[in-house]
Amino acid sequence: MKLRKGIPVIDQGDKLGFWGGKFGGNFVPETLKKPIEDLEIQFNKLKRDKKFIKERDRYFKDWIGTPTRFIKLNNLTKYIGGAQIWSKVVSDANGGAHKIYNATVHCLLARRSGKKVIIGDTGAGYAGKMLSMAAKKFGLKCKIFMGAKDIKRQQPNVKAMKKNGADVIPVYSGSQTLVDAVSECMRYWVANCDTTAMCVGSTVGPAIFVRICGWSTSQISRELKVQLINEFGEVPKKLKLYNCVGGGSSSFGFWNEFMDYDKKQVEFIGVEAGGPAKSKRHAAPLTYGSKIGILHGAAQYVNQNNDGQIEETESISAGLDYPGISPLHCFLKDTKRARYTAASDEEALKAYQTVTKYENLRPSLEPSHAFSVAIKEAKKLSKDTIVVINSCGDAYKDKNILEKKLGKKYVKSN
Amino acid sequence: MSNPIRQTFQNLKKERRAALLTYTVAGDSSNKQSLEILKSISNYADILELGVPHNTPVADGGQIQTSAYRAIKNGIKMNDVFKIVKNFKKIKYSKPVILMGYYNMIYQYGENNFLKNCKKSGVNGLIVVDLPWPENKIFSKKCKKSSINFIQLISPTTSKKRLKSIIKDSHNMIYYISMLSTTGGKLKVSPRKILINYNKIKKIDPKKNCVIGFGITEKTISKFKNTDGLVVGSQICKEITRSLNNRQNPVINVSKMVSKLRKKIS
Ligand SMILES: Cc1ncc(COP(=O)(O)O)c(C=O)c1O
Repeated sequence: MKLRKGIPVIDQGDKLGFWGGKFGGNFVPETLKKPIEDLEIQFNKLKRDKKFIKERDRYFKDWIGTPTRFIKLNNLTKYIGGAQIWSKVVSDANGGAHKIYNATVHCLLARRSGKKVIIGDTGAGYAGKMLSMAAKKFGLKCKIFMGAKDIKRQQPNVKAMKKNGADVIPVYSGSQTLVDAVSECMRYWVANCDTTAMCVGSTVGPAIFVRICGWSTSQISRELKVQLINEFGEVPKKLKLYNCVGGGSSSFGFWNEFMDYDKKQVEFIGVEAGGPAKSKRHAAPLTYGSKIGILHGAAQYVNQNNDGQIEETESISAGLDYPGISPLHCFLKDTKRARYTAASDEEALKAYQTVTKYENLRPSLEPSHAFSVAIKEAKKLSKDTIVVINSCGDAYKDKNILEKKLGKKYVKSN
Repeated sequence: MSNPIRQTFQNLKKERRAALLTYTVAGDSSNKQSLEILKSISNYADILELGVPHNTPVADGGQIQTSAYRAIKNGIKMNDVFKIVKNFKKIKYSKPVILMGYYNMIYQYGENNFLKNCKKSGVNGLIVVDLPWPENKIFSKKCKKSSINFIQLISPTTSKKRLKSIIKDSHNMIYYISMLSTTGGKLKVSPRKILINYNKIKKIDPKKNCVIGFGITEKTISKFKNTDGLVVGSQICKEITRSLNNRQNPVINVSKMVSKLRKKIS
């Protein structure tokens, strides 16, 4: 299996949509073949269309707000006493997380194809919140599928979706989390694909959704590359990019622009959700060596039992609480371009405390997983190593969980 | 011996009657009971589809999901599914049984191993919901080699070009999905329109047996009786749930229902 240079990773799949010959694909009911093919044709055409790129960039700039900040975390760097710690504050983006890029692009595509309704899944509620914002902006009706357990634990985002006029449809099946939300959303699309566009909230699902999402979030690394060069005059000789990985959209977007660099120069570290320290359950299929299976239309490493039933996951962070992982990351893992590890619930909470203690930055529970590993590793790294953590979400949405786990003083009001 | 699926359709052509296909979930509500249900409904049904329960079924509505989750909760494993078929076939060898499920279950079992066990237990056909054409080309060839009918699905969204290729690559039986819906949806398209699409398929290759599924219930089935066959699934699963909730015997209630269905197309 080989990663090729000079070709965007999203375009390195084969005819049937498999990366490395085995990850991804289109394991979908016959009914979805046509709408998926339509979307493929539309996207392949538009991504080469200068006018469309201009339109996208205009919305990214004026509406989402680009670039998001790239800042040095001086106090944290001093406290740790190893590598330089920087953060790309993607939570600056309109709505507070990276999910806005994919949502915006999907709404642009839906509008062009004449669809009036757009549907989407959500775990942490960010993907749903952003889709509801973009749908409102572009005059589309919006339905969001969300696990009942997640609706309870991510109320601030649920409120935001409703305020934007979206229907939030609770999903009660299975573990009542993201995996069930994606399934239910796909079911709705099967029944309504003639009138309705679907947005998948991460780099997962049938191949075209993986590609559109990765293409959209790549804005993050395009900005970062410019910012690094402005700051250091070049892409640093020792650069390490830490990112949490749920489905993998924020991490893929954070890395894409650096794909062709030698990993000795630019290393990618993906941090999955290890779940509660005492629990056997986790949401870290890459770290813990889960087998390849089919989930939501794509072949990927996925938590499952011997029979092929998808296993329930457990994580304090709703956004990472997913048994599978993007085919793109399976590909990056097997080609050894990226390294994957996990942080437990407790480690993420501790990292959140550390970051908020030293810095005026409040990463949500998802990026707190990445901070946890970065902090640990940075201690042992040289001062000329640049560590960048993608702070891809704001902890406002987690205030109830944080209050419960850490007490009120850790939750600044917003 | 010729494939029992082909044989069944041939026999029914002589009777000038559409085939009645039932769908129940293996292990619902227990392994033993699902076997009892098969035995009993096979007195009225012509072909038995047996669902392999999966816990992330992206094309199934509420009723079939409920049945599948119930079976999984009771601990059903792939080998139990084969056992149910085997025990059924001991009694009714010539009654065709089709397994219907999602590809991950086959993938984890190993395609070759899966087919070997299908043969051993007496499975005659396979429907794999999320393995569409052309992704299914290699697997469907393997099925053919093992004399197992791989049943291609066609839907209202299938383009003309695909339609031809799919029919060409199909074996003896084709499954037409009547409308854009998961299983268990109400029939939201007029029977006339469905039959127009059905006839398009038949025109391309009249020799292939085409059955219609999705939205077929006691209420709607008679409108389609001049076709090769009809599949009823969700209504049966719902009846099992209803019976369990009312502490009645699902085997008796489901049999009654299937016998009524049969009368409606006889
Ligand atoms: C803030 C944040 N980070 C990360 C994720 C995980 O998704 P992904 O891995 O696709 O970036 C989510 C998902 O909801 C999220 O809200």
